[in-house]
Amino acid sequence: MIEVREIHKAFGEHQVLRGVTFSIAKGEVVCLIGPSGSGKSTALRCINGLERFDQGAIAVDGIALSDRTLREIRGKVAMVFQRFNLFPHRTVIENVMEGPVHVQKVSPAEARDRALGLLEKVGLRARAGAYPSQLSGGQQQRVCIARALAMRPQAILFDEPTSALDPELVGDVLRVIRALAAEGMTMVVVTHEMAFAREVADRVLFMDGGVILESGPARDVLTTPRMERTRSFLDRVIHPL
Amino acid sequence: MSGFLSDARDFLPILLSGLWVTIAITFCSLLLSVVLGLAWALLGTSRFVLLRGVSRVVINTVRGIPILVQLFYIYFVLPQLGITLNAFLAGVAGLGLAYSVYQAENFRAGFASVDRSLIETAESLGMPHATIVRRLILPLAVRVILPPFGNTSIMLLKDSSIASTITVAELTRQGQLLAVSTFKNMTVYTLVALLYLAMSLPLSYLTRRLERRFAVR
Repeated sequence: MIEVREIHKAFGEHQVLRGVTFSIAKGEVVCLIGPSGSGKSTALRCINGLERFDQGAIAVDGIALSDRTLREIRGKVAMVFQRFNLFPHRTVIENVMEGPVHVQKVSPAEARDRALGLLEKVGLRARAGAYPSQLSGGQQQRVCIARALAMRPQAILFDEPTSALDPELVGDVLRVIRALAAEGMTMVVVTHEMAFAREVADRVLFMDGGVILESGPARDVLTTPRMERTRSFLDRVIHPL
Repeated sequence: MSGFLSDARDFLPILLSGLWVTIAITFCSLLLSVVLGLAWALLGTSRFVLLRGVSRVVINTVRGIPILVQLFYIYFVLPQLGITLNAFLAGVAGLGLAYSVYQAENFRAGFASVDRSLIETAESLGMPHATIVRRLILPLAVRVILPPFGNTSIMLLKDSSIASTITVAELTRQGQLLAVSTFKNMTVYTLVALLYLAMSLPLSYLTRRLERRFAVR
């Protein structure tokens, strides 16, 4: 479904990605973990074309990512960001309808039905008419997920979806993502929530210094890591004091 | 007082004819300043160094020369270079150009206020650039642009009186002519001042209303 091959990327002098390769199968949930600055978010953003890469290739659903295919690929792969980037001048339901109506040219009536169904699913149908500023962070992030789903994507990329949330709101968002996993949605999740990764991910990729150091089934990587760097990272995340 | 009122009755028709010219010149130069200001602002955000340079040079040059001198230049000097504009058009061109640089700064600040991550989100939805500008950047930028825009409009309305110096028969010019021929300075200039207020106060009110309409919720 998603093929990432040998991508390199530098921000000026700083080499962020040094040959990242992985592939995601249809219906798979993969968590991307690693210390900050390891290149996880950058790798994820490359898939959606938000970040250009210097070398390597990315393909989604057999289509190679290029300037020409960028919009087609964005139609297949939706993205949810760390900061809940809802459009502040539009209501919750308008945010969810925005993509279908103004990108996919779905009729407003149909988009509204679709949006209401998705808001129901993330537990926010009652807030359809509210403005983003009237919602909590967790609610905003769930609307972002509904907005991503409204595009009917084949995969969703999550860039630290709970990192900007108050701890007590994290669960609501993770439950929505878990429900999507249960429905078979293909997802790549950059996260620091190890318990979530262990429970929901089919596979975990550990990144450090711009490369993938270790990958495998979630419980293997998270409980019996092979690499020393993975072990020390997990140790620091699980026992911060 | 009754003298003032009867004089006012005599003077008002002449002053009102000036008032219409003031409204026309303000409206036309405001329009020109918006178009040019948008152009400078967009050039200023261009990918090309050269275009950004052009924008910078224009803004600094125009901002650095008094409006009065710009009007004289357009009205008295350009004809020698083969470009002759009548007084009204010269006034519109001069005021429009002079004010375009303030508008450019307003627009620049407005566009810069739109959160980069929101634009990225719209891009990630596959939205074409033109749609992003129309659906996201403009509506958000307008909220930031509107208050200084209202201010700039009121300043432009008042500065349109400078066009009196190049013989445009607007409100101040009509007042001057009346005052010189009747020596009723107090009556004439009181009326002129009241008429300017009669235009600027509604403009303030309109700006306030528009601000509320676009306010961040």
